[in-house]
Amino acid sequence: MAKKLNIKDKYRLLTRDLDWAYSYADRSKAFPFEEFEGIKITDWSKWEDPFRLTMDAYWKYQAEKEKKLYAIFDAFSQNNGHLNISDPRYVNAIKIFLTGVSPLEYQAYQGFAHVGRQFGGVGARVACQMQSLDELRHVQTQIHAMSHYNKFFDGFQDFSHMHDRVWYLSVPKSFFNDARAAGPFEFMIAIGFSFEYVLTNLLFVPFMSGAAHNGDMATVTFGFSAQSDEARHMTLGLEIIKFLLEQHEDNVPIVQKWIDKWFWRGTRLLTIVAMMMDYMLPNKVMSWKEAWEVYFEEAGGALFKDLARYGIEMPKYADVIEKEKDHVSHQAWWTFYTLGHAAGFHTWIPTDQELDWLSEKYPDTFDKYYRPRWELAKKMADEGNRFYSPGLPQLCTTCQIPMIFTEMDDPTKTCYRDHVHNGERYHFCSDGCKDIFCDEPEKYVQSWLPVHQIFQGNCGGPDVADILSDFYKMNVGADNLDIEGSPDLERWKKWQNAS
Amino acid sequence: MTIEIKTSTLAPVRNTYAHIERRFGDKPATRYQEATYDVQSESYFHYRPLWQPDKELNDPSRTAITMEDWYDFKDPRQYYYGSYVQQRAKMQENAENNYAFFEKRNLSAHLSDDVQKKIIQFLLPLRHVEHTANLNNVYASAYGYGTAITQAFLYNGMDRLAIAQYLSRIGLILDGNTGESLQQAKSNWMDNSLWQEMRRYCEQTTTVEDWFEVFIAQDVVLDSLVYHLFYELLDKQLSDEGASDLGMLTEFMRQWNKDTTRWVDSVLKVAIAKSDDNKRLIENWISHWLEKSTVALLPISNTLLGDAGLQESQVSFNKRLNKVGLFK
Ligand SMILES: [Fe+2]
Ligand SMILES: [Fe+2]
Ligand SMILES: [Zn+2]
Repeated sequence: MAKKLNIKDKYRLLTRDLDWAYSYADRSKAFPFEEFEGIKITDWSKWEDPFRLTMDAYWKYQAEKEKKLYAIFDAFSQNNGHLNISDPRYVNAIKIFLTGVSPLEYQAYQGFAHVGRQFGGVGARVACQMQSLDELRHVQTQIHAMSHYNKFFDGFQDFSHMHDRVWYLSVPKSFFNDARAAGPFEFMIAIGFSFEYVLTNLLFVPFMSGAAHNGDMATVTFGFSAQSDEARHMTLGLEIIKFLLEQHEDNVPIVQKWIDKWFWRGTRLLTIVAMMMDYMLPNKVMSWKEAWEVYFEEAGGALFKDLARYGIEMPKYADVIEKEKDHVSHQAWWTFYTLGHAAGFHTWIPTDQELDWLSEKYPDTFDKYYRPRWELAKKMADEGNRFYSPGLPQLCTTCQIPMIFTEMDDPTKTCYRDHVHNGERYHFCSDGCKDIFCDEPEKYVQSWLPVHQIFQGNCGGPDVADILSDFYKMNVGADNLDIEGSPDLERWKKWQNAS
Repeated sequence: MTIEIKTSTLAPVRNTYAHIERRFGDKPATRYQEATYDVQSESYFHYRPLWQPDKELNDPSRTAITMEDWYDFKDPRQYYYGSYVQQRAKMQENAENNYAFFEKRNLSAHLSDDVQKKIIQFLLPLRHVEHTANLNNVYASAYGYGTAITQAFLYNGMDRLAIAQYLSRIGLILDGNTGESLQQAKSNWMDNSLWQEMRRYCEQTTTVEDWFEVFIAQDVVLDSLVYHLFYELLDKQLSDEGASDLGMLTEFMRQWNKDTTRWVDSVLKVAIAKSDDNKRLIENWISHWLEKSTVALLPISNTLLGDAGLQESQVSFNKRLNKVGLFK
């Protein structure tokens, strides 16, 4: 009788034993990027596999999930599922998702393929390769989920072209470019740990529950279907940080620096989720502030307590971020509202009911700083004078968000920071972004800042309308501007009348 | 909501994404097309990689092969993630049945000691070759260009991990889950002189920089010979020696190889159709790695199959290359 193998031994025999010590080629030429970041790996065999899935089991589970998922996509389009959404304004949230987030799934596929090839330990490699494959799944299922919406609404059609060029999409794009341009260990702390483990719930839960609350079955379904993948990604993120911290004490300050950086960059990126939750969901899930408290302050707080035994501290500027939760969504939606002519989705003024909801959710800030703006905007719109701000915003060199954030101790004052490097002055939205630049100026001077590029004449023009239509390939008058008067809304009304 | 709307009001405004429409016209697209074409970012990268500052993050110049349109590398199997995993799930179900049947009937008991030794010495070390193939295909996926070809490389890379795991399971069946046969196979791989040139070949492919050359060295040259030698010729020999049941455990590999060869050949065809320069490069790489692979495989194939073995594999490989349009 064959003896029974436990999962760990079986996985070791089936996977971990496949690699060997090289004799005929220089192994450091086969795995050349392991040393330049200063991370010390003394023994890859100490890697604890975060999950022990063999490929045959992977295919089996994933194929089951895919079968169910695509059955729902098919039914969704056959039954014109888009007619079941709460309100056509909702669709603009998923336009942001397809143009801003799905391409990041693609970059995750690429980044994990890179580290899945480069790590010297076979256990870590294979875990990263599986994540790479999952991420490819995510981008493709998202494209397929949105495919039906693209047939009936404007603004989805050129998501890939837009992602490479459009001013606000450079925020997510540069975030992931930054991680992929870094060394393999920083990539893992940036994406595997900070993003997948600490921040992912703040990205996916809001979008997926937003979809559920607003009748979007297609998005809900891929969200649910991706959840078990994400569970694996989170365990990988946690394993990588523990592994690095346990391998050598010299790794601790390096990892801490990366946590500080990626945590700050991550929260800047999540600004767009904040605005989506507070302003773009016709049926609200919870406020951004509440989500932040649940998913970061509580869950993240516990995590960092746990990491304290390795000498890891709460990310730098966590205190600033705690104050920001009361402001960022309002500052961001206002920016998009006033630049709505240059956005690839529609914007609007919150309804009276929504203004009341915001007042209730943000008792300390909304009535004091933000409600009056919307009331003024509404007055102007009612007078036939919908406000659009002329000109283009200055961008932060690091996070590439327009300089919209205020000093947290004085929300009437925009926060500006700057720094001179090699005789050139660079601008930042915050101390966090300035620190990141100053630590690696040679990297960030390369930033392809969309507004700078426009001013330098690299994006066609000179009129903004030409840039939008020729360089961004937007359908001007259809993709952009206020939702009032948009073809999206006109079509929606026709569908409603016909039913 | 029950919906009965005149079809005209509910007509779509467009049939597919704009970049798909620019390529294929304004008509409904396939899932493969939407999942594949123009998904990879091509321009305006923000930072050069610290690990390779002379290149962009996505950069077509990581190979000497040139293409006007990297999306010419359409996969004849039209694998995107969903169709890929579903196809492989079917294959693994088959394999699972075979492995279960083999174990249930205790068919390994019918394998003679000689046959078992042969499997351990000559078949099981291939798990390390498959591990190399995993590295090499993931390499091409990470540094290749355009979703059409890079996604196929990732699927291939994961397939190779699977095959390494299937081979390992053969060992566990033989040794009753002690892992001893795998250890013996590994010492053959590490120390037996018959395997050392093969190990050299594998180690060297993982230091090649040009990803298309890696593809040639691994998927084109080595795989063609290895799959013919081991999964056709050796399989036949073992079967003649009364071990035909073993074929149940390697059926997956033959089926997989057939599926993958279609894709490999199409990649070659597309690349050489683009330019004579591509063709010359590919022929040079093939000649270079063919020479090395002969050195690598000769000791094993001579011992196992005599002089004729490798020659037969090479003849069949040359036929395939001619059919693709190479060396003529
Ligand atoms: Fe993902
Ligand atoms: Fe993920
Ligand atoms: Zn910034």
